[in-house]
Amino acid sequence: MISASFLYVVRPELVLALMGLFAFLVAIVGGNRVARSVGFIVLAGFFFATITMFSSSRLEGLLNGVFPMQAFGGLFVDDAFARLSKVIVLVASACSILLSWHYFEKEGSSRSEYPVLVLFATLGMMAMISAGDFLSLYLGLELQSLSLYILAAFKRDDARSSEAGLKYFILGALSSGVLLYGVSLIYGFSGTTNFDVLANLFQSGSTVHPGVVVGLVFVCAAVAFKLSGVPFHMWAPDVYEGAPTPVTAFFASAPKLAALALLVRLLLGPFAGASVYWHQAVLFIAVASMLWGAFAGLVQFNLKRLLAYSAIANVGFLLVGVLAGGIDGVQALFIYFSIYALNILGAFAVVLCLRRKGKEVESLSDLAGLSRTNPLLALGMAVLMFSLAGIPPLAGFFGKYFIFLAAVHHGLVFLAVIGMLSSVVSAYYYLRIVKIMYFDEPLIRIDPMTDWGVRLVLGGAALVMVAFAFMPAPLVDYTLKVAHEFV
Amino acid sequence: MTIGLSHFLVVSAVLFVIGVTGIILNRRNLLVLLMAIELVLLSANINFVAFSVFQHNLIGQVFTIMVLTVAAAETAIGLAILVIYFRNRGDIAVENATLLKG
Repeated sequence: MISASFLYVVRPELVLALMGLFAFLVAIVGGNRVARSVGFIVLAGFFFATITMFSSSRLEGLLNGVFPMQAFGGLFVDDAFARLSKVIVLVASACSILLSWHYFEKEGSSRSEYPVLVLFATLGMMAMISAGDFLSLYLGLELQSLSLYILAAFKRDDARSSEAGLKYFILGALSSGVLLYGVSLIYGFSGTTNFDVLANLFQSGSTVHPGVVVGLVFVCAAVAFKLSGVPFHMWAPDVYEGAPTPVTAFFASAPKLAALALLVRLLLGPFAGASVYWHQAVLFIAVASMLWGAFAGLVQFNLKRLLAYSAIANVGFLLVGVLAGGIDGVQALFIYFSIYALNILGAFAVVLCLRRKGKEVESLSDLAGLSRTNPLLALGMAVLMFSLAGIPPLAGFFGKYFIFLAAVHHGLVFLAVIGMLSSVVSAYYYLRIVKIMYFDEPLIRIDPMTDWGVRLVLGGAALVMVAFAFMPAPLVDYTLKVAHEFV
Repeated sequence: MTIGLSHFLVVSAVLFVIGVTGIILNRRNLLVLLMAIELVLLSANINFVAFSVFQHNLIGQVFTIMVLTVAAAETAIGLAILVIYFRNRGDIAVENATLLKG
Protein backbone atom coordinates (compact mmCIF):
# COMPACT_ATOMS: atom_id res chain seq x y z
CA MET A 1 0.00 0.00 0.00
CA ILE A 2 1.26 3.41 -0.82
CA SER A 3 1.46 5.40 2.35
CA ALA A 4 0.06 8.92 2.37
CA SER A 5 2.07 9.83 5.44
CA PHE A 6 4.29 12.15 3.40
CA LEU A 7 1.26 14.44 3.17
CA TYR A 8 1.47 14.84 6.92
CA VAL A 9 5.16 15.80 6.84
CA VAL A 10 4.79 18.44 4.14
CA ARG A 11 1.43 19.82 5.32
CA PRO A 12 2.47 23.47 5.78
CA GLU A 13 4.24 23.55 2.42
CA LEU A 14 1.29 21.84 0.76
CA VAL A 15 -1.17 24.37 2.17
CA LEU A 16 1.08 27.25 1.17
CA ALA A 17 1.65 25.92 -2.35
CA LEU A 18 -2.08 25.44 -2.94
CA MET A 19 -2.83 28.92 -1.62
CA GLY A 20 -0.05 30.26 -3.83
CA LEU A 21 -1.54 28.67 -6.94
CA PHE A 22 -4.97 30.01 -6.00
CA ALA A 23 -3.53 33.51 -5.45
CA PHE A 24 -1.74 33.24 -8.78
CA LEU A 25 -4.99 32.33 -10.51
CA VAL A 26 -6.81 35.27 -8.92
CA ALA A 27 -3.92 37.56 -9.92
CA ILE A 28 -4.02 36.39 -13.54
CA VAL A 29 -7.81 36.61 -13.88
CA GLY A 30 -8.25 39.86 -11.95
CA GLY A 31 -5.18 41.75 -13.11
CA ASN A 32 -3.69 44.59 -11.11
CA ARG A 33 -7.03 45.79 -9.72
CA VAL A 34 -7.16 42.86 -7.32
CA ALA A 35 -3.68 43.36 -5.86
CA ARG A 36 -5.15 43.78 -2.36
CA SER A 37 -7.32 40.67 -2.54
CA VAL A 38 -4.27 38.69 -3.62
CA GLY A 39 -2.43 40.13 -0.63
CA PHE A 40 -5.22 38.91 1.65
CA ILE A 41 -5.14 35.43 0.11
CA VAL A 42 -1.38 35.25 0.65
CA LEU A 43 -1.67 36.44 4.26
CA ALA A 44 -4.36 33.80 4.80
CA GLY A 45 -1.99 31.23 3.28
CA PHE A 46 0.74 32.16 5.77
CA PHE A 47 -1.79 31.94 8.59
CA PHE A 48 -3.14 28.51 7.57
CA ALA A 49 0.38 27.16 7.04
CA THR A 50 1.29 28.19 10.59
CA ILE A 51 -1.90 26.64 11.97
CA THR A 52 -1.40 23.31 10.21
CA MET A 53 2.10 23.06 11.57
CA PHE A 54 0.83 22.89 15.13
CA SER A 55 -2.60 21.31 14.83
CA SER A 56 -1.47 17.72 14.86
CA SER A 57 -4.04 16.20 17.22
CA ARG A 58 -6.72 15.70 14.58
CA LEU A 59 -4.29 14.38 12.00
CA GLU A 60 -2.93 12.05 14.63
CA GLY A 61 -6.14 10.00 14.50
CA LEU A 62 -5.83 9.59 10.74
CA LEU A 63 -2.31 8.26 11.01
CA ASN A 64 -2.90 6.06 14.09
CA GLY A 65 -0.52 8.08 16.19
CA VAL A 66 2.43 7.58 13.87
CA PHE A 67 4.34 10.81 13.39
CA PRO A 68 6.65 10.47 10.45
CA MET A 69 9.58 12.87 10.65
CA GLN A 70 10.76 12.38 7.08
CA ALA A 71 9.22 12.23 3.65
CA PHE A 72 10.30 11.42 0.11
CA GLY A 73 12.99 9.00 1.22
CA GLY A 74 14.75 11.45 3.53
CA LEU A 75 14.66 14.42 1.16
CA PHE A 76 12.40 16.31 3.51
CA VAL A 77 12.69 16.53 7.29
CA ASP A 78 10.11 17.84 9.73
CA ASP A 79 11.39 18.52 13.26
CA ALA A 80 11.00 21.13 15.99
CA PHE A 81 13.96 23.08 14.61
CA ALA A 82 12.32 23.30 11.18
CA ARG A 83 8.96 24.26 12.67
CA LEU A 84 10.28 27.12 14.76
CA SER A 85 12.37 28.44 11.85
CA LYS A 86 9.35 28.22 9.57
CA VAL A 87 7.16 30.13 12.00
CA ILE A 88 9.73 32.95 12.18
CA VAL A 89 10.03 32.98 8.37
CA LEU A 90 6.25 33.06 7.95
CA VAL A 91 5.86 35.93 10.43
CA ALA A 92 8.64 37.91 8.71
CA SER A 93 7.10 37.31 5.27
CA ALA A 94 3.67 38.37 6.53
CA CYS A 95 5.21 41.56 7.93
CA SER A 96 6.80 42.28 4.57
CA ILE A 97 3.39 41.92 2.86
CA LEU A 98 1.93 44.34 5.42
CA LEU A 99 4.76 46.79 4.76
CA SER A 100 4.09 46.73 1.03
CA TRP A 101 0.33 47.18 1.47
CA HIS A 102 0.20 50.84 0.41
CA TYR A 103 3.73 51.24 -0.88
CA PHE A 104 3.32 50.13 -4.47
CA GLU A 105 0.05 52.06 -4.81
CA LYS A 106 1.83 55.24 -3.78
CA GLU A 107 4.61 54.48 -6.23
CA GLY A 108 2.01 53.93 -8.92
CA SER A 109 3.21 50.40 -9.66
CA SER A 110 0.73 48.28 -7.74
CA ARG A 111 0.79 44.81 -9.25
CA SER A 112 -0.79 41.64 -7.98
CA GLU A 113 2.31 39.51 -8.65
CA TYR A 114 4.07 40.95 -5.63
CA PRO A 115 2.33 38.94 -2.88
CA VAL A 116 2.48 35.80 -5.01
CA LEU A 117 6.23 36.15 -5.46
CA VAL A 118 6.71 36.71 -1.72
CA LEU A 119 4.68 33.55 -1.12
CA PHE A 120 6.76 31.42 -3.48
CA ALA A 121 9.98 32.81 -2.02
CA THR A 122 8.66 31.82 1.41
CA LEU A 123 7.80 28.36 0.13
CA GLY A 124 11.37 28.00 -1.12
CA MET A 125 12.71 29.07 2.27
CA MET A 126 10.54 26.49 4.02
CA ALA A 127 11.87 23.80 1.69
CA MET A 128 15.43 24.93 2.45
CA ILE A 129 14.80 24.80 6.19
CA SER A 130 13.36 21.29 5.95
CA ALA A 131 15.95 19.96 3.51
CA GLY A 132 17.37 16.55 4.40
CA ASP A 133 19.35 16.17 1.22
CA PHE A 134 21.40 18.40 -1.06
CA LEU A 135 18.83 17.94 -3.83
CA SER A 136 15.94 19.41 -1.84
CA LEU A 137 18.30 22.04 -0.48
CA TYR A 138 19.19 23.16 -3.99
CA LEU A 139 15.60 23.18 -5.23
CA GLY A 140 14.38 25.16 -2.21
CA LEU A 141 17.25 27.60 -2.50
CA GLU A 142 16.54 28.21 -6.18
CA LEU A 143 12.79 28.63 -5.67
CA GLN A 144 13.64 31.27 -3.07
CA SER A 145 16.37 32.97 -5.10
CA LEU A 146 14.48 33.11 -8.40
CA SER A 147 11.55 34.82 -6.67
CA LEU A 148 13.91 37.22 -4.89
CA TYR A 149 15.67 38.25 -8.13
CA ILE A 150 12.33 39.35 -9.56
CA LEU A 151 11.35 41.11 -6.34
CA ALA A 152 14.59 43.13 -6.30
CA ALA A 153 13.83 44.43 -9.80
CA PHE A 154 10.13 44.86 -9.04
CA LYS A 155 9.88 48.59 -9.83
CA ARG A 156 10.57 47.92 -13.45
CA ASP A 157 10.53 51.53 -14.64
CA ASP A 158 13.05 52.55 -11.99
CA ALA A 159 16.69 52.36 -13.13
CA ARG A 160 18.03 51.79 -9.60
CA SER A 161 15.64 48.92 -8.90
CA SER A 162 16.48 47.16 -12.15
CA GLU A 163 20.20 47.62 -11.53
CA ALA A 164 19.76 46.13 -8.05
CA GLY A 165 17.89 43.19 -9.56
CA LEU A 166 20.60 42.67 -12.16
CA LYS A 167 23.44 42.74 -9.63
CA TYR A 168 21.59 40.42 -7.30
CA PHE A 169 20.81 38.03 -10.13
CA ILE A 170 24.37 37.79 -11.43
CA LEU A 171 26.04 37.36 -8.07
CA GLY A 172 23.23 35.12 -6.81
CA ALA A 173 23.44 32.85 -9.84
CA LEU A 174 27.22 32.67 -9.42
CA SER A 175 26.80 31.62 -5.80
CA SER A 176 24.27 28.97 -6.83
CA GLY A 177 26.84 27.68 -9.31
CA VAL A 178 29.50 27.59 -6.61
CA LEU A 179 27.10 25.72 -4.32
CA LEU A 180 26.36 23.17 -7.04
CA TYR A 181 30.02 22.63 -7.78
CA GLY A 182 30.64 22.04 -4.08
CA VAL A 183 27.72 19.62 -3.85
CA SER A 184 28.99 17.72 -6.89
CA LEU A 185 32.37 17.28 -5.20
CA ILE A 186 30.79 16.15 -1.93
CA TYR A 187 28.63 13.71 -3.87
CA GLY A 188 31.51 12.43 -5.93
CA PHE A 189 33.88 11.73 -3.06
CA SER A 190 31.32 10.42 -0.57
CA GLY A 191 28.80 8.75 -2.90
CA THR A 192 25.74 10.34 -1.33
CA THR A 193 23.86 13.61 -1.06
CA ASN A 194 21.79 12.63 1.97
CA PHE A 195 22.56 14.47 5.22
CA ASP A 196 21.98 11.45 7.49
CA VAL A 197 24.26 9.21 5.47
CA LEU A 198 26.91 11.94 5.41
CA ALA A 199 26.59 12.33 9.18
CA ASN A 200 27.25 8.60 9.65
CA LEU A 201 30.23 8.83 7.32
CA PHE A 202 31.89 11.53 9.39
CA GLN A 203 31.04 10.02 12.76
CA SER A 204 32.53 6.67 11.92
CA GLY A 205 35.92 8.28 12.39
CA SER A 206 37.25 7.40 8.97
CA THR A 207 39.45 10.01 7.36
CA VAL A 208 37.59 12.54 5.25
CA HIS A 209 38.55 12.62 1.60
CA PRO A 210 40.07 16.00 0.66
CA GLY A 211 37.54 16.26 -2.20
CA VAL A 212 34.72 16.37 0.34
CA VAL A 213 36.52 19.10 2.28
CA VAL A 214 36.91 21.21 -0.88
CA GLY A 215 33.22 20.67 -1.62
CA LEU A 216 32.30 21.70 1.92
CA VAL A 217 34.29 24.93 1.55
CA PHE A 218 32.46 25.73 -1.70
CA VAL A 219 29.09 25.09 -0.03
CA CYS A 220 30.01 27.27 2.96
CA ALA A 221 31.07 30.10 0.64
CA ALA A 222 27.76 29.92 -1.24
CA VAL A 223 25.71 29.98 1.95
CA ALA A 224 27.83 32.85 3.28
CA PHE A 225 26.96 34.70 0.10
CA LYS A 226 23.24 34.18 0.71
CA LEU A 227 23.78 35.39 4.29
CA SER A 228 25.86 38.35 3.05
CA GLY A 229 28.80 37.55 5.32
CA VAL A 230 32.13 39.29 4.58
CA PRO A 231 33.92 38.69 2.13
CA PHE A 232 30.79 37.64 0.19
CA HIS A 233 28.80 40.73 1.14
CA MET A 234 29.51 43.09 -1.77
CA TRP A 235 26.06 42.68 -3.28
CA ALA A 236 24.16 43.53 -0.09
CA PRO A 237 24.55 47.34 0.20
CA ASP A 238 23.79 47.92 -3.50
CA VAL A 239 20.78 45.61 -3.55
CA TYR A 240 19.43 46.94 -0.26
CA GLU A 241 19.67 50.49 -1.53
CA GLY A 242 18.25 49.88 -4.99
CA ALA A 243 15.43 47.44 -4.27
CA PRO A 244 11.99 48.82 -3.31
CA THR A 245 11.92 49.38 0.46
CA PRO A 246 9.39 46.63 1.40
CA VAL A 247 11.50 44.19 -0.62
CA THR A 248 14.63 45.34 1.22
CA ALA A 249 12.83 44.71 4.52
CA PHE A 250 12.01 41.21 3.28
CA PHE A 251 15.64 40.58 2.20
CA ALA A 252 16.94 41.60 5.60
CA SER A 253 14.65 39.25 7.52
CA ALA A 254 13.24 35.99 6.15
CA PRO A 255 15.88 34.81 3.62
CA LYS A 256 18.61 35.42 6.20
CA LEU A 257 16.97 33.00 8.61
CA ALA A 258 16.45 30.41 5.87
CA ALA A 259 20.14 30.55 4.93
CA LEU A 260 21.16 30.48 8.57
CA ALA A 261 18.92 27.49 9.36
CA LEU A 262 20.49 25.76 6.37
CA LEU A 263 23.99 26.49 7.64
CA VAL A 264 23.12 25.27 11.15
CA ARG A 265 21.54 22.09 9.79
CA LEU A 266 24.59 21.39 7.62
CA LEU A 267 27.40 22.32 9.99
CA LEU A 268 25.89 21.01 13.23
CA GLY A 269 24.29 18.02 11.46
CA PRO A 270 26.22 16.02 8.84
CA PHE A 271 29.41 18.03 9.12
CA ALA A 272 29.54 18.27 12.93
CA GLY A 273 32.14 15.51 12.92
CA ALA A 274 34.27 17.46 10.44
CA SER A 275 34.31 20.72 12.39
CA VAL A 276 38.10 20.97 12.15
CA TYR A 277 37.66 21.67 8.46
CA TRP A 278 35.03 24.42 8.58
CA HIS A 279 35.66 26.01 11.97
CA GLN A 280 38.45 28.34 10.81
CA ALA A 281 36.57 29.47 7.69
CA VAL A 282 33.37 30.29 9.57
CA LEU A 283 35.42 31.98 12.30
CA PHE A 284 37.01 34.25 9.70
CA ILE A 285 33.65 35.13 8.14
CA ALA A 286 32.18 35.88 11.58
CA VAL A 287 35.01 38.19 12.69
CA ALA A 288 35.26 39.93 9.30
CA SER A 289 31.48 40.49 9.13
CA MET A 290 31.28 41.93 12.64
CA LEU A 291 34.18 44.32 12.09
CA TRP A 292 33.38 45.33 8.51
CA GLY A 293 29.69 45.82 9.28
CA ALA A 294 30.59 48.07 12.20
CA PHE A 295 33.32 50.16 10.56
CA ALA A 296 31.93 50.53 7.02
CA GLY A 297 28.56 51.56 8.48
CA LEU A 298 30.19 54.61 10.04
CA VAL A 299 30.55 56.41 6.70
CA GLN A 300 27.08 55.71 5.26
CA PHE A 301 24.57 58.50 4.69
CA ASN A 302 21.79 56.52 3.05
CA LEU A 303 19.48 54.92 5.61
CA LYS A 304 18.86 51.74 3.59
CA ARG A 305 22.57 51.32 2.93
CA LEU A 306 23.31 51.85 6.60
CA LEU A 307 20.82 49.14 7.54
CA ALA A 308 22.54 46.84 5.02
CA TYR A 309 25.83 47.25 6.90
CA SER A 310 23.97 46.73 10.15
CA ALA A 311 22.62 43.48 8.68
CA ILE A 312 26.18 42.43 7.75
CA ALA A 313 27.37 43.06 11.32
CA ASN A 314 24.42 41.07 12.67
CA VAL A 315 25.29 38.12 10.43
CA GLY A 316 28.66 38.13 12.19
CA PHE A 317 26.95 37.83 15.58
CA LEU A 318 24.74 35.02 14.29
CA LEU A 319 27.79 33.12 13.04
CA VAL A 320 29.27 33.41 16.53
CA GLY A 321 26.23 31.43 17.68
CA VAL A 322 26.83 28.83 14.95
CA LEU A 323 30.48 28.50 16.01
CA ALA A 324 29.51 28.08 19.66
CA GLY A 325 27.12 25.28 18.70
CA GLY A 326 25.60 23.01 21.31
CA ILE A 327 22.23 23.52 22.97
CA ASP A 328 22.89 27.04 24.22
CA GLY A 329 24.36 28.09 20.87
CA VAL A 330 21.27 27.01 18.92
CA GLN A 331 18.99 28.54 21.55
CA ALA A 332 20.90 31.83 21.39
CA LEU A 333 20.64 31.81 17.60
CA PHE A 334 16.88 31.52 17.69
CA ILE A 335 16.48 34.20 20.38
CA TYR A 336 18.85 36.54 18.57
CA PHE A 337 17.28 36.03 15.20
CA SER A 338 13.64 36.41 16.24
CA ILE A 339 14.47 39.68 18.00
CA TYR A 340 16.68 40.92 15.18
CA ALA A 341 14.13 40.15 12.45
CA LEU A 342 11.41 42.12 14.20
CA ASN A 343 13.84 44.91 14.95
CA ILE A 344 15.01 45.35 11.38
CA LEU A 345 11.45 45.04 9.98
CA GLY A 346 10.41 47.84 12.35
CA ALA A 347 13.37 49.96 11.21
CA PHE A 348 12.36 49.51 7.57
CA ALA A 349 8.79 50.43 8.51
CA VAL A 350 10.22 53.77 9.64
CA VAL A 351 12.09 54.15 6.34
CA LEU A 352 8.79 53.50 4.55
CA CYS A 353 7.18 56.34 6.50
CA LEU A 354 9.77 58.85 5.29
CA ARG A 355 8.04 60.64 2.47
CA ARG A 356 8.05 64.27 1.56
CA LYS A 357 5.13 65.45 -0.56
CA GLY A 358 4.57 61.83 -1.57
CA LYS A 359 8.19 61.27 -2.69
CA GLU A 360 10.43 58.80 -0.88
CA VAL A 361 13.38 60.22 1.04
CA GLU A 362 15.98 57.92 2.56
CA SER A 363 19.05 59.87 3.56
CA LEU A 364 20.10 60.27 7.19
CA SER A 365 19.82 64.06 7.11
CA ASP A 366 16.14 63.80 6.19
CA LEU A 367 15.54 62.47 9.70
CA ALA A 368 16.61 65.79 11.22
CA GLY A 369 14.16 67.11 13.78
CA LEU A 370 11.79 64.19 13.31
CA SER A 371 10.99 64.32 17.04
CA ARG A 372 9.30 67.68 16.52
CA THR A 373 7.47 66.95 13.27
CA ASN A 374 6.45 63.31 13.91
CA PRO A 375 7.07 62.57 17.62
CA LEU A 376 5.57 59.07 17.57
CA LEU A 377 7.59 57.96 14.55
CA ALA A 378 10.75 59.35 16.16
CA LEU A 379 10.01 57.54 19.41
CA GLY A 380 9.47 54.25 17.59
CA MET A 381 12.72 54.68 15.64
CA ALA A 382 14.62 55.61 18.81
CA VAL A 383 13.43 52.45 20.58
CA LEU A 384 14.42 50.30 17.59
CA MET A 385 17.85 51.94 17.25
CA PHE A 386 18.61 51.58 20.98
CA SER A 387 17.60 47.95 20.69
CA LEU A 388 19.85 47.36 17.64
CA ALA A 389 22.69 49.03 19.54
CA GLY A 390 22.10 46.53 22.36
CA ILE A 391 21.20 48.93 25.16
CA PRO A 392 19.45 47.22 28.09
CA PRO A 393 16.59 46.75 28.94
CA LEU A 394 15.55 46.54 25.28
CA ALA A 395 15.29 43.17 23.56
CA GLY A 396 18.38 43.63 21.36
CA PHE A 397 20.54 43.52 24.47
CA PHE A 398 19.25 40.08 25.46
CA GLY A 399 19.85 38.70 21.98
CA LYS A 400 23.51 39.73 22.15
CA TYR A 401 23.73 38.55 25.78
CA PHE A 402 22.66 35.00 24.92
CA ILE A 403 24.99 34.83 21.91
CA PHE A 404 28.05 36.00 23.83
CA LEU A 405 27.16 33.81 26.82
CA ALA A 406 27.08 30.77 24.52
CA ALA A 407 30.40 31.84 22.95
CA VAL A 408 32.08 32.17 26.36
CA HIS A 409 30.68 28.80 27.54
CA HIS A 410 32.24 27.13 24.53
CA GLY A 411 35.63 28.75 25.04
CA LEU A 412 35.31 31.39 22.31
CA VAL A 413 36.18 34.31 24.60
CA PHE A 414 38.15 35.93 21.79
CA LEU A 415 35.06 36.02 19.57
CA ALA A 416 32.90 37.44 22.34
CA VAL A 417 35.41 40.25 22.89
CA ILE A 418 35.51 41.10 19.16
CA GLY A 419 31.73 41.01 19.10
CA MET A 420 31.40 43.41 22.02
CA LEU A 421 33.97 45.81 20.56
CA SER A 422 32.26 45.85 17.20
CA SER A 423 28.86 46.38 18.80
CA VAL A 424 30.34 49.39 20.62
CA VAL A 425 31.55 50.77 17.29
CA SER A 426 28.23 50.17 15.58
CA ALA A 427 26.40 51.80 18.49
CA TYR A 428 27.85 55.02 17.09
CA TYR A 429 25.78 54.93 13.93
CA TYR A 430 22.62 53.74 15.67
CA LEU A 431 22.85 56.50 18.27
CA ARG A 432 23.74 59.07 15.63
CA ILE A 433 20.32 58.45 14.10
CA VAL A 434 18.72 59.18 17.49
CA LYS A 435 20.83 62.31 17.82
CA ILE A 436 19.81 63.54 14.35
CA MET A 437 16.15 62.94 15.13
CA TYR A 438 16.13 64.61 18.53
CA PHE A 439 18.76 67.35 18.45
CA ASP A 440 19.06 68.59 14.86
CA GLU A 441 16.93 71.33 13.32
CA PRO A 442 14.28 69.99 10.94
CA LEU A 443 15.25 70.58 7.30
CA ILE A 444 12.23 69.13 5.57
CA ARG A 445 8.74 68.27 6.65
CA ILE A 446 7.99 64.55 6.60
CA ASP A 447 4.42 63.62 5.64
CA PRO A 448 2.33 62.15 8.48
CA MET A 449 2.20 58.36 8.38
CA THR A 450 -1.11 56.93 7.28
CA ASP A 451 -0.58 53.29 6.25
CA TRP A 452 -2.09 50.89 8.75
CA GLY A 453 0.19 48.03 7.65
CA VAL A 454 3.35 50.02 8.32
CA ARG A 455 1.98 51.35 11.60
CA LEU A 456 1.10 47.83 12.70
CA VAL A 457 4.61 46.49 12.02
CA LEU A 458 6.35 49.50 13.55
CA GLY A 459 4.16 49.55 16.65
CA GLY A 460 4.36 45.79 17.11
CA ALA A 461 8.14 45.73 16.72
CA ALA A 462 8.70 48.64 19.14
CA LEU A 463 6.33 47.07 21.67
CA VAL A 464 8.08 43.70 21.55
CA MET A 465 11.49 45.38 21.98
CA VAL A 466 10.26 47.05 25.19
CA ALA A 467 8.13 44.18 26.50
CA PHE A 468 10.64 41.37 26.01
CA ALA A 469 12.56 42.24 29.18
CA PHE A 470 9.39 41.84 31.26
CA MET A 471 8.35 38.48 29.90
CA PRO A 472 11.20 36.70 28.16
CA ALA A 473 10.03 33.28 29.38
CA PRO A 474 7.91 32.13 26.39
CA LEU A 475 10.64 32.66 23.80
CA VAL A 476 13.53 31.54 26.01
CA ASP A 477 11.78 28.36 27.18
CA TYR A 478 10.48 27.37 23.77
CA THR A 479 13.80 27.92 22.00
CA LEU A 480 15.52 25.87 24.73
CA LYS A 481 13.11 22.99 24.07
CA VAL A 482 13.76 23.20 20.33
CA ALA A 483 17.52 23.36 20.81
CA HIS A 484 17.37 20.28 23.09
CA GLU A 485 15.55 18.31 20.46
CA PHE A 486 17.88 19.45 17.68
CA VAL A 487 21.25 18.75 19.28
CA MET B 1 44.70 5.98 -23.62
CA THR B 2 41.47 5.39 -21.72
CA ILE B 3 39.38 8.28 -20.59
CA GLY B 4 39.03 8.08 -16.81
CA LEU B 5 37.19 10.01 -14.11
CA SER B 6 40.03 12.47 -13.66
CA HIS B 7 39.76 13.64 -17.29
CA PHE B 8 36.13 14.58 -16.76
CA LEU B 9 36.99 16.34 -13.52
CA VAL B 10 39.70 18.36 -15.20
CA VAL B 11 37.35 19.45 -17.99
CA SER B 12 34.71 20.52 -15.50
CA ALA B 13 37.27 22.33 -13.32
CA VAL B 14 38.53 24.22 -16.38
CA LEU B 15 34.97 25.16 -17.36
CA PHE B 16 34.28 26.31 -13.81
CA VAL B 17 37.36 28.51 -13.74
CA ILE B 18 36.55 29.98 -17.18
CA GLY B 19 33.04 30.77 -15.98
CA VAL B 20 34.15 32.44 -12.75
CA THR B 21 36.92 34.47 -14.38
CA GLY B 22 34.45 35.45 -17.10
CA ILE B 23 32.19 36.93 -14.45
CA ILE B 24 35.01 38.72 -12.65
CA LEU B 25 37.02 40.02 -15.61
CA ASN B 26 34.30 40.84 -18.15
CA ARG B 27 33.72 44.61 -18.26
CA ARG B 28 31.85 45.00 -21.51
CA ASN B 29 28.69 43.02 -21.99
CA LEU B 30 26.13 41.72 -19.53
CA LEU B 31 25.05 38.97 -21.92
CA VAL B 32 28.52 37.47 -21.60
CA LEU B 33 27.92 37.27 -17.85
CA LEU B 34 24.83 35.14 -18.44
CA MET B 35 26.88 32.78 -20.60
CA ALA B 36 29.58 32.60 -17.94
CA ILE B 37 26.96 31.67 -15.32
CA GLU B 38 25.72 28.93 -17.63
CA LEU B 39 29.29 27.59 -17.92
CA VAL B 40 29.60 27.39 -14.13
CA LEU B 41 26.33 25.44 -13.86
CA LEU B 42 27.31 23.09 -16.70
CA SER B 43 30.68 22.38 -15.14
CA ALA B 44 28.85 21.14 -12.03
CA ASN B 45 26.64 19.02 -14.28
CA ILE B 46 29.63 17.36 -15.91
CA ASN B 47 30.94 16.54 -12.44
CA PHE B 48 27.62 15.02 -11.41
CA VAL B 49 27.26 12.85 -14.50
CA ALA B 50 30.90 11.71 -14.44
CA PHE B 51 30.73 10.74 -10.76
CA SER B 52 27.38 9.06 -11.34
CA VAL B 53 28.70 6.91 -14.18
CA PHE B 54 31.94 5.94 -12.48
CA GLN B 55 30.23 5.09 -9.18
CA HIS B 56 27.26 3.25 -10.73
CA ASN B 57 24.96 5.47 -8.70
CA LEU B 58 21.98 7.27 -10.24
CA ILE B 59 21.64 10.20 -7.79
CA GLY B 60 24.02 12.35 -9.81
CA GLN B 61 22.03 12.00 -13.03
CA VAL B 62 18.77 12.86 -11.28
CA PHE B 63 20.52 15.89 -9.84
CA THR B 64 21.68 16.94 -13.32
CA ILE B 65 18.17 16.85 -14.75
CA MET B 66 16.96 19.05 -11.90
CA VAL B 67 19.86 21.46 -12.40
CA LEU B 68 19.17 21.74 -16.14
CA THR B 69 15.54 22.61 -15.45
CA VAL B 70 16.38 25.20 -12.83
CA ALA B 71 19.12 26.68 -15.02
CA ALA B 72 16.60 27.21 -17.81
CA ALA B 73 14.28 29.07 -15.43
CA GLU B 74 17.23 31.06 -14.09
CA THR B 75 18.28 32.17 -17.57
CA ALA B 76 14.72 33.19 -18.42
CA ILE B 77 14.55 35.39 -15.33
CA GLY B 78 18.03 36.77 -15.98
CA LEU B 79 17.10 37.78 -19.52
CA ALA B 80 13.86 39.36 -18.29
CA ILE B 81 15.78 41.48 -15.78
CA LEU B 82 18.32 42.34 -18.47
CA VAL B 83 15.53 43.56 -20.75
CA ILE B 84 14.03 45.90 -18.14
CA TYR B 85 17.53 47.12 -17.31
CA PHE B 86 18.18 47.88 -20.97
CA ARG B 87 14.86 49.74 -21.24
CA ASN B 88 15.79 51.96 -18.32
CA ARG B 89 19.41 52.59 -19.16
CA GLY B 90 19.73 52.13 -22.91
CA ASP B 91 22.88 50.01 -22.78
CA ILE B 92 24.13 46.79 -21.20
CA ALA B 93 27.79 47.53 -20.55
CA VAL B 94 28.95 46.19 -17.20
CA GLU B 95 31.13 49.20 -16.42
CA ASN B 96 28.15 51.55 -16.66
CA ALA B 97 26.14 49.76 -13.99
CA THR B 98 27.22 52.23 -11.31
CA LEU B 99 24.05 53.95 -10.09
CA LEU B 100 24.41 52.16 -6.78
CA LYS B 101 27.78 52.73 -5.23
CA GLY B 102 29.16 53.78 -1.90
